Amino acid sequence: MPLTKEDIAKRIAQELQDGYFVNLGIGIPTLVANYIPEEINVEIQSENGVLGMGQFPFEGEEDADLINAGKQTITTLPGASFFDSAMSFGMIRGKHVDLTILGAMEVAENGDIANWKIPGKMVKGMGGAMDLVSSAENIIVAMMHVNKEGESKILKKCTLPLTGVACVKKIVTELAVMEITPKGIKLLERAPGITVEHIITSTEAELIIEGEIPEMTIN
Amino acid sequence: MINKKVNTVQEAFLGIEDGMTLMLGGFGLCGIPENSIAELVKKEIKNLTCISNNAGVDDFGLGLLLQKRQIRKMISSYVGENAEFERQMLTGELEVELIPQGTLAERCRAAQAGIPAFFTPAGFGTEVAIGKETREFNGKMYVMEQAFNADFAIVKAWKGDTAGNLIFKGTARNFNPVMAGAGKITIAEVEELVEAGTLDPNQIHIPGIFVQRIFQGEKYEKRIEKRTVRERK
Repeated sequence: MPLTKEDIAKRIAQELQDGYFVNLGIGIPTLVANYIPEEINVEIQSENGVLGMGQFPFEGEEDADLINAGKQTITTLPGASFFDSAMSFGMIRGKHVDLTILGAMEVAENGDIANWKIPGKMVKGMGGAMDLVSSAENIIVAMMHVNKEGESKILKKCTLPLTGVACVKKIVTELAVMEITPKGIKLLERAPGITVEHIITSTEAELIIEGEIPEMTIN
Repeated sequence: MINKKVNTVQEAFLGIEDGMTLMLGGFGLCGIPENSIAELVKKEIKNLTCISNNAGVDDFGLGLLLQKRQIRKMISSYVGENAEFERQMLTGELEVELIPQGTLAERCRAAQAGIPAFFTPAGFGTEVAIGKETREFNGKMYVMEQAFNADFAIVKAWKGDTAGNLIFKGTARNFNPVMAGAGKITIAEVEELVEAGTLDPNQIHIPGIFVQRIFQGEKYEKRIEKRTVRERK
């Protein structure tokens, strides 16, 4: 069975480590906040200017002056802080944020990522994504393996305008966990019940497959 | 104390004309200078270049100026919440410069701080870097970006005093502090304007030197763009 979006978030949450400062993009990445293992301490940075983001507020307690980068109303946790946009991106470019998790339209086998523009059709803008991917040491992409037309989003070379060059380290989709290595994309894990062949036919890029590929464990 | 207080938004707007470049604070609808935007609509100031992270939504924020076609060019990082914006951009009615959010913030800060240009890794190898100087530092490639040049910066704060000192609240801070002092003239609108000496100098986020005119906004709607809540258990 391919993973649900929640399951993709759960699998990515396993990548979090105690003491990490993490930036979560819009979409599936936002869901990762719901599955942080209880035994570790992780602080979430939202690039509009908050560290220590908490859950959504209870109804009636929403504050228009307190939102995340997805413009959703949020709360803060003990130890939280607010700051301006220049300082926020100082944290990001200065590599003080340990892990960036974001969505993508395309990822190439060298780690290039495209997620901000479809020429002539859709232009939302890059927001903070270009700053994040140009600076973060550890970037995980959370996305669906294929697009709505059934075409692979993991390509030999991106076709859309790039957001960043050779920067993605790991990809988690509904089908697989993959690592970007200097030699190409290595298949690490497959979704429960999904065959390696299924993953290969769903992926335009060449996959490096070494030995038995284990199934993911999702709790 | 140098008094920065003006009594009305009309007084604060003295000198704002068609064709000018304005910086406007806010992220989404959070921390936007609502009263000033309403005045720009009312005064029908046209042909504007607006530097602002987002373009509002269709019927609030800078979306109000887009509806009336008062904006000629928009310099932003993310415009995904505004259908009219996307339409005007794809048809070419509106000139748009999309730039990375951190670069947008730093170009404001550079203008505020008297730095003409800086190097950032953001956008290297993408179309954002086309036509710009690139340079290698310590084995990594960077793009040169220049400070903005705006006629007016219009920011919004939570509290301010007659000396122009500003305090922000929550994530309504965002671009407001980096735009203060980044235009030739900075207008600050605040929810609460108090006499100089009332605010604790230790708690000031932006010193009054960066603000030329300050006024208390008549009213604040503070619309929430995406109300997300959890259930009480």
